[in-house]
Amino acid sequence: MTTDLFVQSLTSGLTQGCIYALIGLGFTIIFSVTGIINFAQGDFVMLGGMLSFFLAKSAGLSLLPALLLSILIATLIGAVLYLLAIRTARRASVVSLIIITIGAAIFIRGIAGRIWGANPVAPPFFTGDSPLSILGASIQPQALWIIGTTLVATIVLHLFFSYTMMGKALKACAMNRTAATFVGINPRMMALIAFAMAAALGALGGVIIAPLSTTSYNVGAMLGLKGFVAASVGGFRSQIVTVIGGIMLGLVESLAVALNWGPFTSAYKEAIALVVLLLILLIRSRKLSEEERAG
Amino acid sequence: MRTWLYLLLVAVLLAAVIPMTGCGGNEANEPYKVGAIFATTGFNAPLGEPEQQTVNMMVEQINANGGINGHPIEVIAYNNESVAANCATLADKLINDDKVVAIIGPTGTGDSNAIVDTCDNAEIPLISCAAGISIITPTATNDKHWIFSTPQTTVMVVQRLYDYLNTQNISTVGIITDTAGFGADGKANLSAQASTYGITITSAQTYNTDDPGMETQLGIIRDSGAEAVICWGTNPGPAIVARNMVTLGMTIPLFCSHGIAFQSFIDLAGSAANGVIFPAGKLPIADNLTDADPQKTLLLKYRDDFNAKYGNGKANTFGGHAYDALSIVVKALENAVQESPKTINSNDDTLKAVRAKIRDYIEGNINSIGFPATGGFPGTGGVFNMSADNHNGLSKDCLVMVQIVNKKWTRLQ
Repeated sequence: MTTDLFVQSLTSGLTQGCIYALIGLGFTIIFSVTGIINFAQGDFVMLGGMLSFFLAKSAGLSLLPALLLSILIATLIGAVLYLLAIRTARRASVVSLIIITIGAAIFIRGIAGRIWGANPVAPPFFTGDSPLSILGASIQPQALWIIGTTLVATIVLHLFFSYTMMGKALKACAMNRTAATFVGINPRMMALIAFAMAAALGALGGVIIAPLSTTSYNVGAMLGLKGFVAASVGGFRSQIVTVIGGIMLGLVESLAVALNWGPFTSAYKEAIALVVLLLILLIRSRKLSEEERAG
Repeated sequence: MRTWLYLLLVAVLLAAVIPMTGCGGNEANEPYKVGAIFATTGFNAPLGEPEQQTVNMMVEQINANGGINGHPIEVIAYNNESVAANCATLADKLINDDKVVAIIGPTGTGDSNAIVDTCDNAEIPLISCAAGISIITPTATNDKHWIFSTPQTTVMVVQRLYDYLNTQNISTVGIITDTAGFGADGKANLSAQASTYGITITSAQTYNTDDPGMETQLGIIRDSGAEAVICWGTNPGPAIVARNMVTLGMTIPLFCSHGIAFQSFIDLAGSAANGVIFPAGKLPIADNLTDADPQKTLLLKYRDDFNAKYGNGKANTFGGHAYDALSIVVKALENAVQESPKTINSNDDTLKAVRAKIRDYIEGNINSIGFPATGGFPGTGGVFNMSADNHNGLSKDCLVMVQIVNKKWTRLQ
């Protein structure tokens, strides 16, 4: 492998990993507050990308308003998903609620396909498409937007959960729902906020990745799966580990292709990523059970 | 006792009503029923959607022009959601419940292979809209007597592309193919035919349809010393490959398959689409054809009708495969079937006989009604010359090399 290729695969792995991280964060927030794994998470990424394209194209909005409006609409859809589908079925078991989110994912995908058609679309780049040269590798300015946005979103999220009242209330809800109600926190309100935040994060990932990777009504399933992997690395609880997990997944996928030797070729890319996931989960579960024994 | 009388009365009434609903319609209005399976959702939807739209448009046109020998046509179409496993049930439904005279589709190669045995066993003609050569190749257990296909097969497309590479003295290529059915079929054929054409594949890379970037694979191809890149897939993969090649500053030419013969490829790839070369049916460059070309009139009519109905730039070669499949069935119904739809729909033996007549006509007679000068049945994909040994009937000559120049398709000589 040449140095050029190594740097190239590092940057593209990092870019893709950031998107997985943002999706993973959405999974983590909803799970820690409600105990639900939201399988419609990937479809919010799709909504972000598709909305930004069609708002800019059909409604003729300029870039920034189109981006903000896309995230806002997706956030509202996330809130409506909670109010209409999850809250009304709150007496059902967690497994039933998870199945409801699968149904919601299919519903959102179906509606999007009806409205926007089956062809993939590519929204314009934020800041042009002339590639930058970094250490012999060429990358699109959009990749820097993706990496920067993920970094900022992670930091903002961390500050929100550590230093604001609402963030602390969400955290309290995640730690112990019953105890949280005793101190006056409304867990249903917190669940609503969690769904809205997760939808916003997904849509944010969608609007920044769509110019680079193109998007279509059915990209949600694959992206959701990758985000799920990132979140499971973080045990669906730790946000920082989720972000690291997402970035690692992106890097492993990319480097496995770049090695181009033995089984490490593009043909086995997904398999390699899944083997790495299994290893991480094995190590994690051993560590967790040791902690449990110690505790 | 009274209850029993009531029940008897109800039973008699029901017995009288049920057959009436069966023959309620006017005999002349009863349609010929053709079945269709298209992937109008899922990953194959960019192909399946124009196929379905084409069929909807054709049914309207045929019925507005008086139908087939005075009878209307009805196409009963199901969506297999790009899942091959769904096709068998849908085909069963078309054959046994809907009692259609022939089936067109499915959209994908895997989808089509999933029902070739069902159709052959049930003795119903299947005219597939997928390009895989395996669909019509006889096997030990299935002679494919009832199976036809309308797209140019992958074998021909690869031959046409390699012919062109030979004329350009390009002998080393790096290939990057989609892992899904269409790309895998392309990879197999690119590898199998390379040595015949004196072409060396320096690196064979793959990607998944949903992958956000292929810089790494392309970097490997660049470092392998290839003189050109061949990408085999449908949207959005090849568009991302084209864009990534620009990002990487790669100047070697990019060749693609007929899977990018969409306007949306150009929209997606933007200026990176310029210079891309691919073999395709003649639809994209129909304006450049000479008047002597047997396909020109029908290509222009199909393209303009489709664009008028569904939006400018929407017509593509994939919808064309459905156009050809349905046209073939319609011609067979017009010329080989004397039975009225009513007798077909009410008698299973007649239905069986009509299905056989349609099959025999497609294999034996469809070639004779074509363009007088050349013979063969002109369609959007090429001029069909079906025979007992060739259930596709096209040759590599029906493909032209197309280059994208200033975001427009232009024909290469």
